Amino acid sequence: MRRGALILGGAGMVAAVGFMLAVGAWRSGDLPWQQQVTETVGTRGADLESMSWQLTSHEGERVSPQSWIGQTSLVFFGFTWCPDVCPMTLLNISDWLEELGPDADGLAVHLVSVDPERDTPEVLADYLSNFDPRISGLTGSPDEVAQAADDFNATYRRVPRDDGDYTVDHTAGVMVFGPDGRLSSMIDLHDDPKFAVPKIRRAMEREV
Amino acid sequence: MLKSTAAALVLAAILPATALAECVEVTQGNVTVSAAWSRATIGTDRPAVFYVTIRNNGSEERLMGIETPVADMPMLHESVVENGAARMSHVDQIVIAPIDAVSLEPGGYHGMLMDLQTELVEGTTFPVTLLFEKSGPVTIDTAVLPLRAREAACEEAL
Repeated sequence: MRRGALILGGAGMVAAVGFMLAVGAWRSGDLPWQQQVTETVGTRGADLESMSWQLTSHEGERVSPQSWIGQTSLVFFGFTWCPDVCPMTLLNISDWLEELGPDADGLAVHLVSVDPERDTPEVLADYLSNFDPRISGLTGSPDEVAQAADDFNATYRRVPRDDGDYTVDHTAGVMVFGPDGRLSSMIDLHDDPKFAVPKIRRAMEREV
Repeated sequence: MLKSTAAALVLAAILPATALAECVEVTQGNVTVSAAWSRATIGTDRPAVFYVTIRNNGSEERLMGIETPVADMPMLHESVVENGAARMSHVDQIVIAPIDAVSLEPGGYHGMLMDLQTELVEGTTFPVTLLFEKSGPVTIDTAVLPLRAREAACEEAL
């Protein structure tokens, strides 16, 4: 992880190079959630306090990572043109919120768009109105989204289609941050649903 | 004895009425296609999905493609999560082993309906034709479910 952090930490990298390095990190199993997450205190992508991104919510509010400290936050990357994996993630999260019941009141859920070109705050608001109202959407300029992905150690890649349109490959899974601002766990798309809510509860119990 | 038989008869009469309706099924050649569904779309800009269950009652069969009047570019896709990253890859064909079933379902194989020609409205249906190598084209009515649906709204007879 340390070597990866050093390499990836270099400022001002062009997005393509950043992406390739990130893929390398994924492949080598270097990322925090591929290791024992509890031991990643202070590492990259694992601490909101050390992140510097700024994004705009679907309600037009500017949001920064520090504003999430003090509450448990679920974060995932996706886009509203995504027909299969993203609706599935949104539905999974809606189920967890339902199972948590009133306990979910202290929980913030954020979809970070990897498609800022199409996902404006208005488009996000329109799309998210079909899901649990506690799920908020975040977007920004392409640079702002790139910064956020970099901070979270997430990857995304625009893939052109034959008809001139495009789709976006992206990090799947939901990151769970505790009120202390630290990454507590990852919930993968195909994880057994019965482990998801306990993972969220464990994050909620972390001291600020 | 009589009482319990009567109770069973009453139950048998009530159960089907309270359960979900049975899925529409189309059988042709060796394949039975059922539980076709899609999600409502917001306008026509975004691609729509197509999910279905295919049962193969004979020797190895292949789904070679799909066609539908609602989209100009329907394709078979598979969502793959590799090292934590999700991508959708185009698949040329889907093989269904002899006497086996394959589901196009969320998070796996699915039909991608690109260049959508009409908004898919919840509660309506549209036809999708599945092109099989041996059993030929099979057309099934596809139910448009809410955007937050995760499975077919019918009971599969599998």
